[in-house]
Parts: sequence; structure tokens; C-alpha cells
Amino acid sequence: MKFSEEKQKLAEEIIARYPEGKQKSALIPLLHIAQEENKGWLDIPTMDYVAGLLKILPIEVYEVATFYTMFNLKPVGTYVFEVCRTGPCMLNGSDEIIQYIKDKLGIQEGETTPDGLFTLKPAECLGACGYAPMMQLGKFYKEHLTKEKVDQIIDECRKNAAINN
Amino acid sequence: MKLLLENAHIEGIRFYEAYRKHGGYRAVEKALKMTPEEVVEEVKKSGLRGRGGAGFPTGMKWSFLAKPEGVPRHLVCNADESEPGTFKDRYLMEFLPHLLVEGLIVSSFALGSNLTYIYIRGEYAWIVDILEQAITEARNNGWLGKNILGTGFDCEIYVQRGGGAYICGEETALIESLEGKRGNPRIKPPFPAIQGLWMRPTVVNNVETLAAVVPIINMGGEEYAKIGVGRSTGTKLISACGNINKPGVYEITMKESVEEFIYSDEYCGGIPKGKKLKACIPGGSSVPIVPSNLLFRTAKGETRYMNYESLSDGGFATGTMMGSGGFIVLDEDQCVVRHTMTLARFYNHESCGQCSPCREGTGWMYKILKNIEYGKGKMSDIDLLWDIQSKIEGNTICPLGDAAAWPVAAAIRHFRDEFEWHVTHPDEAQVRNFGLAHYADPLPAMA
Ligand SMILES: Cc1cc2nc3c(=O)[nH]c(=O)nc-3n(C[C@H](O)[C@H](O)[C@H](O)COP(=O)(O)O)c2cc1C
Ligand code: SF4
Ligand code: FES
Repeated sequence: MKFSEEKQKLAEEIIARYPEGKQKSALIPLLHIAQEENKGWLDIPTMDYVAGLLKILPIEVYEVATFYTMFNLKPVGTYVFEVCRTGPCMLNGSDEIIQYIKDKLGIQEGETTPDGLFTLKPAECLGACGYAPMMQLGKFYKEHLTKEKVDQIIDECRKNAAINN
Repeated sequence: MKLLLENAHIEGIRFYEAYRKHGGYRAVEKALKMTPEEVVEEVKKSGLRGRGGAGFPTGMKWSFLAKPEGVPRHLVCNADESEPGTFKDRYLMEFLPHLLVEGLIVSSFALGSNLTYIYIRGEYAWIVDILEQAITEARNNGWLGKNILGTGFDCEIYVQRGGGAYICGEETALIESLEGKRGNPRIKPPFPAIQGLWMRPTVVNNVETLAAVVPIINMGGEEYAKIGVGRSTGTKLISACGNINKPGVYEITMKESVEEFIYSDEYCGGIPKGKKLKACIPGGSSVPIVPSNLLFRTAKGETRYMNYESLSDGGFATGTMMGSGGFIVLDEDQCVVRHTMTLARFYNHESCGQCSPCREGTGWMYKILKNIEYGKGKMSDIDLLWDIQSKIEGNTICPLGDAAAWPVAAAIRHFRDEFEWHVTHPDEAQVRNFGLAHYADPLPAMA
């Protein structure tokens, strides 16, 4: 594991945002970068690499990586559907949307499709309650979900995956 | 009257040119000609109360900040916004990033923070870019950096992304997270004002609170205090969601009645398909749910308004709270048991696990609610739930325990017969909801 040159520069920039001796503060931002660089999840070598960058103990990184839900400690699909199911989204039909995705992709919550393309991850309120139901896909939100919109999103992901291969 | 969102729909307001053209950064120009103490005084006079949920007077909080010689102080903006029903800070940051940056510069000056951080929930990844762009523009135009406007005041603002943990909205957990650790709330005292970030004196304020500092400086604290009613001064952002025609973020002057807020076209626009109102959680998932018969009128029969005092009238027996302004509406077809179950799952998921009443209690509450919801509950479970919630409240390090207990307590208090119906009709409860029953009826005379 080693960051690309561009990410290495970004990491240094982030570390410099904190006062002398407080570089551990950069840990969560660096883990986000590391996860992006490592196909969406954190394995031990990746976490150890981040520990090295910050000159902290590996255990300090594991402690944090296991606490925050955005860090995946197992491999995930290329596209991770994080569908919110908390109260306000539930009031607007998130249960049906989740069921539809499960049926359509043939997976349960927390599972990945056999082709490695999709992971379904249940999520709790993502701050989009007024645009419910919704899911997070990578850096962006997909809001006002309907079954048709889910179909569209899945098709788009499949197309993008075919282009990238 | 709008103070924060007035310019939200102006083309290009997200960028510096348009923001400046429409009066942006005047508050910085004005504040930097004052002394920091004078700025704090204006905020005190404004009566502004923290918009993060607790409603603590901001000016007073600022005046508690310790100022030991030679120790840096920090301002931290709480943009963790994770309380179900709340999405107002996101709206502000997404559409008016410069308003927050301007508020941060003025507040940093008032508090003497040369290094200020915005801690934003990790999922708002694209908003990080928007904020960083605004910060860069502000720096390029001389509003940030060294010796701002030749006053000798230096200030830098950085954005830090979290990792997806509601508990990091609690200010001491936020500080721990900002230090690169697990988000475990600290035992207080010491309070952050004495020992916060890196054990230095720190003020943590909500996004909306810090944005409100801009109109306060522009119009003066006294003028700001005239808007609103009583101790609910200024304007408040409400994020409205659930079963309403027009979900969204609204700025109110706190003089609107709850009924007007739900039914007028200016705000929520009523309930879809002409359905009836069953209940409402007006201040984010942590505050007590109230049935419709207690929502528009207080127990005394007075009109209930959208402000701190009126919403909490009657205490938890018949009232609720303003909280974070996350306004959740449930129509007649919604199931209170199921809704409460999702909230219990949320708090169970988000408990940091340090205190046993919260760690274990939230898990038990979720399990029992799940049983009741899925037709496997017993009558005694309802009393057990009540017992568990009452033993969490007040017995934990941070208020997440209370926040988890209150929704369950309020649901049982007001909707006990719906819980009982789930127990006595386990099969029926799987295919239909309890409906309105008597919740739309006028309140029976109080004993
Ligand atoms: C569990 C928990 C979660 C919280 N989440 C938030 C949050 O997301 N945003 C926020 O501004 N305040 C949140 N708070 C309140 C903060 O602890 C703190 O009171 C607030 O940031 C102070 O800012 P204010 O005075 O401007 O409201 C939370 C508190 C608790 C106990
Ligand atoms: S009350 Fe819950 S979230 Fe707060 S410190 Fe205790 S265990 Fe953690
Ligand atoms: S409840 Fe789904 S985004 Fe808030």
C-alpha cells in the first residue's frame, strides 16, 4: 500500500492543518483517502501505512477505523448502496425501496452481489430526511427514490462498470 | 422576515462575487473595527440561543471561555448534523457557504481563535468541497489569513470530515474525534470552555448559530432581539419532513402557530392526499412525540407556537421541545410503534458504548420494540420498556442516553393503546396500522 503522488500531497496538506505535534488529528481524513485508494475498504496493511504517515501506533488507527461506520473493514462492491431506513425515510417508503433493491439484486443487507458490483448497506439518517427516501452512493446522495429511479441507478452503474473494464 | 435565507435563491450566491455584491462580508468589516469584547456584547444583547439543540444562550457561552496567557483558543463549528429529521445546516452550507464562513471569521475574532475548524459529518462529502471553495475565495480576497484588513488579526479555517457517527455531534465527542480518536464523550467538568480541543479553551457552536452572528452584527444585537417573542429571539431554521406536501427548510420568526406551519402554503403546505394528522416530532428525533390533540393547543387550551417556550409548555407530560428544529410529521396511516422502533435502532446503533445504561438499555429497548412491532410482544413488555427508559435517563455521561429514552417514553405516554393493540392483535398489526383512533379528538378535560 502506498498513496499515489497526488494523494500523498493531499495527505501532507491535511496534516499541515493542525498545530505542531497534533498530527494525529488528520487520522479520519487520511482514512477516507486510504479507503478510496484501496477499493473502498481498509485492510491491515492500509491502516498500518496510515499509522506510518502520522507516526502513531497501528492500534490507534484500528481503534478509530472500528468506531466509525463509514470505514469498511471488509471488501465491498464497486457500488455501495447505503439506503437510509430511519423514521423520516420510513414514513416516506424506505422499507419498500430496500425490499425492491434486495429482490432486484438478490442480496440481503450487508451482502455483495457475486459479480462484485453492488453492496447493500443499511444506513441510519443521513441528513436528507426532506428528500426521502434516499441513499448515499459514493460521494453523492440519490434522493426522492422510486422503483424506477432505482432501476435507472442500477443500469447506470452497470454501464459505468462496463466502460471502466 | 428572513435573515439567513434571504439571498439563498440568488443566482451564483454560492460564490464570492455574488455573495459580496449582495452585502456579504460587511459584518467582518464592521466587527473588526470593534473590540472582541464589543462583539461578544452584541451577541449577548441579541439573546441568540444555540441552534444545535440545547438552546443555551450563545453570548453567555462565549463569555465563559477561559483566556489563560499564552495558550491558544479555538472555535469549532459543529456541522455534524445527524439528528433524524434535521437537515437545515446542510441547506445553509450547500447554498450559502459564505454566510457560514463570514460568521466564523467574526466569531473567531470575538473569541480570539486564530485556528478554527468546521467538523462536518463524513457523509456530506460534496459539501466539504463547497466549503473549501468558499474558504479559498475568502482567503484570496483578504478575509482570511494573516493580518486581516490590516487589523493584526490572523485567522485560518479548515474543514474536517467525520467518519459517520451521530455521537460526534455531542461537543466533547466531537473534540475527541477532531483529535483523531474514537468519538467517546468526555466526563464534564472540565468543560470545553476551559479544556477543549487539545486541552485548550474551546467554543463549539452549531452552523446556524454561527451564521446568525452575521445579521446580529449587521443590524445590532438589540434590533435582532426584537424579532421573535420573549426569550425566543431572532429567526430559526426548521427542516420539515415526513408526511407533508412541501418538505424543506424554512426560516421562521417563531411567531407562527404550529397549525399555520403545517397547513399554510408558505410552509409545509398540509398533508398529502388530504390525510389527517396523527402526531408530530417538532424538534428532531430526540424530543417527545406529541399527538395532534396536543400539538395545536397546549394543555391549557392556548394556541401553540413555533418557539422554545410554547413548544415546551406543559413539560414532557403534554409538551415537547424546539430541539434542533427537525420537524417530523406523521399522518393517520403511520404506525407509532414502528416509527419508535426505527428511532430506538438508531440510538442503539449510535451509542458509543461507554456507559452501561445507554449501551445495554438502547439495545434492550430496540429488541423489545422489535418484538412488539413484529407481533411477538407481551403486555408486560410495555411496562418493561417504560422501566428501562426511566433508568437510562440522567444516568449517563452524555445526553445521548436521555435522547434515546425520551422518544420511547413519549410514545408510550401518549400512544399506550397503540402498543397494547400490537400485543393483542399480533397478526392484524402486520397488515394494517392502528390508525387515528382517538388522537384527533379534542383533548379531554384535564383532571
Ligand atoms: C448525542 C448528541 C448529538 C448532538 N448532535 C449535534 C449536532 O449534530 N449538531 C449540533 O450543532 N449540536 C449537536 N449536539 C449539541 C452539541 O453538544 C452542542 O451543544 C452544540 O454544538 C452547541 O452549539 P450551540 O450552542 O450553537 O447550539 C448534540 C448533542 C448530543 C448530546
Ligand atoms: S450516554 Fe451513551 S453515547 Fe453518551 S457517553 Fe454514555 S454510552 Fe456513550
Ligand atoms: S431519516 Fe433518512 S435521511 Fe434522515
